[in-house]
Amino acid sequence: MNRARANALLFWGSLAMCYLLQLMPLPQALLPFKPYWLALMLVYWALETPERIGLGLAFVLGLAGDAISGELLGEQALRLCILCFILLRFRSRLRFFPMWQQSLAVFALLLNDRIVLLMIRACAGEPTPPAAFWLEPVSAMLAWPWLFLLLDDLRARLRVHES
Amino acid sequence: MAISNDSTPLFAAGASSTLRLIGYLALAIVLMVADHRGAYLERVRWTLSIAIEPLYRLAALPARLAHEGRLALADREKLTEQNAELSRQLMLAQARLNRLATVSEQNQRLKELLDVQHSLGIGVQLAKIIDVDTDPFRHRVMLNVGSNQGVNVGQAVIDAHGIMGQVVEVLPNTATVMLITDPAHALPVTVERTGLRTIARGGGALDTLELPNVPVSAEVRVGDRLLSSGLGGHFPAGFPVGSIRAISNDVTGMFAAATATPSAALDRSGDVLLLHELPDPIGPPEAAPVTGPPAPAALPAAPVKGGKP
Repeated sequence: MNRARANALLFWGSLAMCYLLQLMPLPQALLPFKPYWLALMLVYWALETPERIGLGLAFVLGLAGDAISGELLGEQALRLCILCFILLRFRSRLRFFPMWQQSLAVFALLLNDRIVLLMIRACAGEPTPPAAFWLEPVSAMLAWPWLFLLLDDLRARLRVHES
Repeated sequence: MAISNDSTPLFAAGASSTLRLIGYLALAIVLMVADHRGAYLERVRWTLSIAIEPLYRLAALPARLAHEGRLALADREKLTEQNAELSRQLMLAQARLNRLATVSEQNQRLKELLDVQHSLGIGVQLAKIIDVDTDPFRHRVMLNVGSNQGVNVGQAVIDAHGIMGQVVEVLPNTATVMLITDPAHALPVTVERTGLRTIARGGGALDTLELPNVPVSAEVRVGDRLLSSGLGGHFPAGFPVGSIRAISNDVTGMFAAATATPSAALDRSGDVLLLHELPDPIGPPEAAPVTGPPAPAALPAAPVKGGKP
């Protein structure tokens, strides 16, 4: 019982942390490198505990992200739904990839996410973003192994602590 | 085997899941279109502001603590130096102000003589920038004042060096400011030296303004200062906006395209000023009050005008 609660706490806590990290200020030069934390966290939880993640949750998380960032309502919901769908489709394969292949897969997923975002913004009639717009998948790819190891370690500790 | 007790089946359940995806995508698109047309998100944000505003403050907390820590540990020598520099600047500014006071008094008298209505009286409100970042490709900053402090959408925001932007969204205790360098922003400016009127658009980088339509015949030089022209009524006239950095021909060759560096320190967070009274819009003049013969004299004339012809 207690263990389930600790796990739930880790799950929701990590997602809440993403919103904070997304808002966190960075030096001007580093801003384009800020990874889309929410997507990364969703990838992790979809790979590890898929019974928790569904399209509905991705949609709601996206809506919350929209409300916080003040962009178009539904923009992040759409992006996360697409991401989540692809993930759950290929989960069985992604899960057993070695780390570097997983990182590449994360890169591909977030590159796709950027393309979706570009399409949405183009439909909304916004100007084409600068070239730095495309740097985000790269930093997400580089951040992925660390995030994965950190969360795996946290979860392993929870398990040891309980048993 | 590990795969066999995997909860997501490899092949089954494809159709229903795809259907659900399509459902959610359709829902998201409907939401986006509705929001794009009707701006519902602002109302959603307004109702959620109790949850959202503390989040902004929480996210800005580490940076603020770091800043304050640096301030607390700053060495004495540097502070003394800064103090000396600031008091020197204050003295200069004071001297200039004293001169300006006489000029403004003189101006006031001349205006009274000319019977000019609008004044340059400007109320300001001090605000602090909350250091959060919602999207690096949109140039927005968050202020720590909102509608509870009397902030309205459309107010101009300036710092000590020039115009920063305007308020685009107001929550109870925070406000969002669109900077003049946002690609979606444009403001009317005049070149100080020649008086040429043009539009300065955001260039997408924090240190760039674009002036896309400068006539080729116009005389614009590198280093020219740009002032807000006050046309359109969103910004008061005469505030520094930037200075010309480079001039080139645009692709069609019909216009010269210039880039400018904004005067305001947009990349530094700190205190800003919110201009309170929106300036009078400069547009077509109001219909002149009826002048002419006094009423009793006009009365008999009216039927004639009414047109017996």
